[in-house]
Amino acid sequence: MTSTASTEKPRLSAKEVFGKIFHNQLFIPLVALVLLVVFNLATDPGFFKVSLEPNSSGNLVLSGNLITMIDYASELVILAIGMTLVTSASGGQDISVGATIAIAGSTILRIVKTQSPDISGGQFAGMIIVSFLLCVFVSALFGAFNGALVAFFKIQPMVATLILFTAGRSIAAWINNNDNISINDKRFGYFGNFIPGIPVPTPVFITILCLIVIALVLKFTNLRLYSQSVGINASSSRLNGINPKMIKLLTFVILGICVAVCGFIKVSRTSSITYSVIANNIEMDAILAVALGGNSLGGGKFNLTASVIGAYVIQFLTTTLYKFKEIDSSSISAYKAVVVILLIIISSPFVRKLFDDFKNKREAAKAEALAGKENT
Amino acid sequence: MKEGAVLEMRGICKFFPGVRALENVDFTLREGEIHALMGENGAGKSTLIKVLTGVYPKDGGDVTLSGQPVHIKSPQDAQNKGIATVYQEITLCPNLTVAENMYIGRTKGPLTNWGKINRDAGKLLDELGIPVSATEQLGNCSIAIQQMVAIARAVDMDCKVLILDEPTSSLDEQEVQKLFTLMRDLKAKGVGIIFVTHFLEQVYEVCDRITVLRDGKLVGEYIIEDLPRVQLVSKMLGKDFDDMADIKSGSEAEKIDYNGTPVYQAINLTGTTGIKPFDFEIHKGEVNGFTGLLGSGRSESVRAIFGADRVVAGTVKINGEEVKIRKPLDAMKHGISYLPEDRKLDGIVGDLSVRDNIILALQVMKGFFKPFSKAEAEKLADEYIKLLSIKTASQDTPIKSLSGGNQQKVILARWLLANPQYLILDEPTRGIDVGTKVEIQKLVLKLAAEGKSVTFISSEIDEMIRTCSRLVVMRDGKVVGELKGDDLNQNKIMATIAGGES
Repeated sequence: MTSTASTEKPRLSAKEVFGKIFHNQLFIPLVALVLLVVFNLATDPGFFKVSLEPNSSGNLVLSGNLITMIDYASELVILAIGMTLVTSASGGQDISVGATIAIAGSTILRIVKTQSPDISGGQFAGMIIVSFLLCVFVSALFGAFNGALVAFFKIQPMVATLILFTAGRSIAAWINNNDNISINDKRFGYFGNFIPGIPVPTPVFITILCLIVIALVLKFTNLRLYSQSVGINASSSRLNGINPKMIKLLTFVILGICVAVCGFIKVSRTSSITYSVIANNIEMDAILAVALGGNSLGGGKFNLTASVIGAYVIQFLTTTLYKFKEIDSSSISAYKAVVVILLIIISSPFVRKLFDDFKNKREAAKAEALAGKENT
Repeated sequence: MKEGAVLEMRGICKFFPGVRALENVDFTLREGEIHALMGENGAGKSTLIKVLTGVYPKDGGDVTLSGQPVHIKSPQDAQNKGIATVYQEITLCPNLTVAENMYIGRTKGPLTNWGKINRDAGKLLDELGIPVSATEQLGNCSIAIQQMVAIARAVDMDCKVLILDEPTSSLDEQEVQKLFTLMRDLKAKGVGIIFVTHFLEQVYEVCDRITVLRDGKLVGEYIIEDLPRVQLVSKMLGKDFDDMADIKSGSEAEKIDYNGTPVYQAINLTGTTGIKPFDFEIHKGEVNGFTGLLGSGRSESVRAIFGADRVVAGTVKINGEEVKIRKPLDAMKHGISYLPEDRKLDGIVGDLSVRDNIILALQVMKGFFKPFSKAEAEKLADEYIKLLSIKTASQDTPIKSLSGGNQQKVILARWLLANPQYLILDEPTRGIDVGTKVEIQKLVLKLAAEGKSVTFISSEIDEMIRTCSRLVVMRDGKVVGELKGDDLNQNKIMATIAGGES
């Protein structure tokens, strides 16, 4: 009945354009981001001032709230990529990422701590590459462990990842015999802070690199189609030749690689590790980023850009709340929760449906009025 | 208000983005009548029922129940007002027991006497002659039993209006008769029944009145005696309709070379789903069918051929060459396509767009690292949407918002796009309208004429007779006969199914 209508491109009225924008998945996270920016500007016009200042090691670097926020959001953004894929294919979330970041960081330090700070640049680069590759391997392995529990043993993702959530930090401590490690080589800190001569924080570059890689992967493989298909209907995916188990496993391995990158940034930021604190509660923020992006936590269709923006929203929110001196740092989580719950409710299907019903009713009323006019 | 009307709907409108699903539709149901709601796919039958049961809010019009204007807010609200529904697709919870399913959402207060509920449910099931225990988990029952439990649930709710949306599509003849007896009982008690079905015979067997919808608009309301079958069909289609009986021109069957190498040949194929090992072969340009009662193993057989279920033994030859088919992808790579019986569970990927659903199989065959560009995918989808005249608002529409018949066409498009040499269609015509049924049957014969081999399974024997040139008959998981040529007639098939191993 609508086949004829669809062939010609209908001209959109302003209202329809608004409806389209409202229904776009990016709408809510973007609006939240803009509101946070506006709010900060209103309370402190200088909030986003970015200046070039020398840092503690004497380099000229960009500093200011904006830079801090984007810098500190890096780990969350990278995790949100993997978490979105896992959510899509398995219909559940990995709650062990904080603990596995500890493992990843500990693995890197295990190698780096054995080297003296006097090695040449080439040797240092080689060592970093080796330790990072090992870290990727270990994290991917732990990811595969989670993935195997979910895909082959059909354990619910949250329960399956509860194992590493509980054990991960102990494993991390065990890797380095629970030593307090502090790396003296200044060059190790480059990856989590600044490279001399470059005023932009290194994690920002790493994040951009990760985003480019995942964009290329999604463009040149069928990862998107397969994981969505498996997440929506595994049985019919299988009858179309997809192996749902392998796809689920694959998404967990990809998340494992994201965890490796995060672990690397985290330990480089401080050149040390505290097993029980590193990346604490980051799994909840990563899951929130996916939800804020308007993605269904029940799996299926996903929008990676929305998740990434969601991750930035969360970091912006955290930084904004820290700015208020009158808010006690221990109660920040409560304030954060209030804002998050508002955002989630606005983007919920229920509210969207209310909006749609309202629109449909008006359309119907208009049609009726028009019919009435024709009759008279 | 009309005489004795238990339900009146006036000027009902419903809009979806880009679609006018219902426009000014009137519908009247009288006390103690069985009223058929007829129309093609996308005519608005399901939408009207969903408006009536509060699944969708209406965008215009009035509903009156026993003379009182009502506003139905939700399915729960509809139930409380005495409108009970059994949907086309089973909407019960497979992880609960039969009794729990019958009483879910109907218990009052925080305390529930499960013992009593189980006894009550058992009594009702006995009365209705449904062979299942109240404490059985629903997911373990056959589709037919699940459907009947859904009806039992509706019956038990003391309803004034009972809506049966395609209740018979997965029942066999005996079960249908049982259901009709039940419907007549209820009718005698004064319940108004809305009956939605695609089986014309059934309409003429039990219904008193017919309301016909087309493209979201009301065509008319008729008393059954005033509307002969041919006229009903022409009203549904909106055009005069040639008799569809003779769509097969007899000459084609003779062209098949039965002595040549079969396109597909299975020897002693053994699955794990309760069917006995069987031999099977199909030749180029042949349309064959598997027939038998529900649960006879006809679906399990074709699933074994496609590798959908685990195959433990047997030899498979494609064009004379021995191959191994362990999983669906193997079968697809050897040019076998399979349209599954359960469209909702095994066919569609609900939230994905029509386009993604069409290209899915071909995309998987092409490989993980070789995705179609958007332009390529759009072109392919467009071609098949036109070829099968799929009614959809756009390529980006999620497949789940299409009507049943159009969903089926999308799945068909998916497998045609994969360009198989052997196409298995398990119940492709189930739950879809007459027009599309004939279209699909014609398509099957056209494919065969182009040299493809097709296995066609249908619960309607006359459909099989019209399309197939050879029938494999199954009973209790075993192949009990093979019919072709002059043996292909209703009586002979019935006799073979029933047990004459002549």
